[in-house]
Amino acid sequence: MTRSGRDILLGRTLLIVFMLATLTPFASIFTAALAPPGSSPTGISWPSDPHWHNFIDAFHAADLLPLLGSSALIVAGVVPAALLLAAAAGYGLATLRIPGGRLVYLLLLLGLTVPLESLITPLYYEVQSFGLLNSRWALILPLLGLYMPFGVFWMRAYFQSLPEELTEAAAIDGAGPWTMFRRIHLPLATPALSSLAILFFLWTWNQFILAIALVDDPNKRTAAGALGAFQGQYGTDVVLLSAGSLLIMAPTVIIFVIFQRHFVAALLQGSVKG
Amino acid sequence: MTVASAPRAAKAGSPPSPARSPRRSARSLARRWSGWLFVLPALVPYVLFVVRPLLLSIQYSLYDWNGIGAATYVGGQNYRTVLTSRDQLVPILHAFELIVFFTVIPVGLGLVTAALLHGLPPGRFATLTRVVLFLPQVIPLVAAAIAWRWVYSTDGVLNQGLSAVGLGGVTRAWLGDFDWALVAVGLIGSWVLLGLCTLLLITGISKIDVSLYEAARLDGAGRVQEFLAVTLPGLRREIGVCVTVTVIAALASFDIIYVTTQGGPGTETLVPGVQIFRLAFTERQIGLASANAVVLMALVLLVILPIQRFSNRED
Repeated sequence: MTRSGRDILLGRTLLIVFMLATLTPFASIFTAALAPPGSSPTGISWPSDPHWHNFIDAFHAADLLPLLGSSALIVAGVVPAALLLAAAAGYGLATLRIPGGRLVYLLLLLGLTVPLESLITPLYYEVQSFGLLNSRWALILPLLGLYMPFGVFWMRAYFQSLPEELTEAAAIDGAGPWTMFRRIHLPLATPALSSLAILFFLWTWNQFILAIALVDDPNKRTAAGALGAFQGQYGTDVVLLSAGSLLIMAPTVIIFVIFQRHFVAALLQGSVKG
Repeated sequence: MTVASAPRAAKAGSPPSPARSPRRSARSLARRWSGWLFVLPALVPYVLFVVRPLLLSIQYSLYDWNGIGAATYVGGQNYRTVLTSRDQLVPILHAFELIVFFTVIPVGLGLVTAALLHGLPPGRFATLTRVVLFLPQVIPLVAAAIAWRWVYSTDGVLNQGLSAVGLGGVTRAWLGDFDWALVAVGLIGSWVLLGLCTLLLITGISKIDVSLYEAARLDGAGRVQEFLAVTLPGLRREIGVCVTVTVIAALASFDIIYVTTQGGPGTETLVPGVQIFRLAFTERQIGLASANAVVLMALVLLVILPIQRFSNRED
């Protein structure tokens, strides 16, 4: 009894230390964002007169509206399509005994280990040959391909966890694979699909190297890519850069906090299925 | 395809069974082939934007090419350069040093924390911790890097803290320091990955059979023995996942270093990812960049495969 009580206290103390360590960089960039414009703030210090207006200034200086809009367009182009493709392939590999399916699965698994840097050079010339450099398609199309290994892996694992009787019962009723997919498996997969959707959203919003390599115009990049350009332009203005960075990371934090319960549970479960 | 394979399937079916059987087995084979229709749409972008670039990387790596003019076949020359010249080996060495910060620290600290946290009652506090520890995993790495650049700067919170505890003598611009820059960027990686590892490991512990702990206690095992005899073996799969994910993150790091140091000062924090980007898009040495890319890919596989084998081994 006392032992477990002491453990809980020790655990909590350690957790609080870790949380403080995690939050320090956020706190320091936040107080810097509130310092007088153009000043050079020091460490963490709450400004005597917080300049909330800095956020509005950063919003205008970075021309944030088209920038966030661009990122949203890319998300809209990638996420629903990637979900659909991954769900269909996951269903096919999990429930239909496709000739050569095992090989396809292994080929996809290989993709889980490929670092993006190993693909970035040929991707540049490939996208160039399609005439798509400097357009949002230069990000949307490669991202679709890059998300397939994890997406298919994830959906396949989910469909495999469904009871087999489900498919058999429907097959006896004369349902073809397409009907079963649309009427039975897809609706049942809503939890797996929604966590995958959040994950794809975050990966797209935060995608950096593809954006800076394939798109020069920050207004056609992802949010992270645009932040890179913003940093290049205002790197020395700590106050403005801090405010801008906070604005660009805000959507990811908001989405995460809203969906966190769902998200963390699913993500952890998914990665442990290994 | 389906039509062609139907008759063969009918012949292969067992003859003495009821009359409908051949037709049914033909239909089931047709159904199996039609499954490709579900898989193909996902394979098209995958082959086009992952498999093909991978093969192109291998092809480019055998040429001397500036990206515009004619390419000259040079055989294994680029690989010889990558594997023998000091300039090209330094980034690979750094990538392995980063494993200490991206893998050893997050997994080690994560294990200790998870073991201590095991049994923390669920509630507000548990949820809050989960959200906070996971935050660095959610924001763009670029934003994390910008925040940390500020933390490490001359006027940053790290130096502020050091001065406050009387260590004003050791303050410096950490990211510009030849001795400390790699440690500094490495610790950003620890910060990003600690939450992920801790949470993965806690989930793993909660799945360990409680009776194993009871048995260990009956045998008079202390906390450390209990941890070594029950917790650690029970977490082999989760540790395998943590190590795999974090080692890939270390070997293929890019965002954090590109934003904080660009590989500097000098080449103190240069890693393969930044090196490839620099060679391909600044120096226009496509062949050498691609040889680096292939070597990086091979290194990742070489390190990951044994880890996978070990963590998925059946007992």
